[in-house]
Amino acid sequence: MNDFSALSPMLAVLIGLLALLGAIFALIGSLGLLRLRTFYERVHPPTMGTTAGVGLTLAASMLLFSALELRPVLHELVIAVFTVITTPVTYVLLVRAAVHRDGIKGKQPAANAAEPGDARADGNL
Amino acid sequence: MSASFLWASLVGAQIVLALAMTCAAIRLVRGPRAQDRVLALDTLYVNAMLLMLTFGMRETTTLYFEIALVIAIVGFVSTAALARFLLRGEVIE
Repeated sequence: MNDFSALSPMLAVLIGLLALLGAIFALIGSLGLLRLRTFYERVHPPTMGTTAGVGLTLAASMLLFSALELRPVLHELVIAVFTVITTPVTYVLLVRAAVHRDGIKGKQPAANAAEPGDARADGNL
Repeated sequence: MSASFLWASLVGAQIVLALAMTCAAIRLVRGPRAQDRVLALDTLYVNAMLLMLTFGMRETTTLYFEIALVIAIVGFVSTAALARFLLRGEVIE
């Protein structure tokens, strides 16, 4: 345990809660990725996990380093802006690729790849 | 007291993030199709980036921030390239 005792008690508790909440959001997103049944459902939870988890963890990090170095430390904003911009771009690209691979137009997207196993049988991995 | 609470909650956040990475890794192995694996890889690297940030807060050094930045950039490029590969069949035409 290092120099955390220099922080004021309220601020230390706030930083701890922010970091823990961010990690829990990330866990909820990953759990949704694991539990949901089709690909188009699975795309949703990681976006929430990414946005809320990264935002809260970066807020905790900014608060901690600002309080320890007694000056505003804002370089975490670089990661925050970068993540907020790139996450929708990558997921739109990925879903467009999935729609293309499903050969949409007439075929219901939810009908295929509902469970592991049948996709292999169809040969459309 | 509050310092040890902060320490304990940072360790707890790391355990929770390790569980999240495990979930993403299970989805990465299980598939069933390529786009599921790409999505799981994307989630995995975001969780790894958060883990690096939490490490940096525990050690109170900004070195880990740079690791997290590199993970964010490389992860974005790799996911975009993989999505493009799934869409076109080749990355650079």
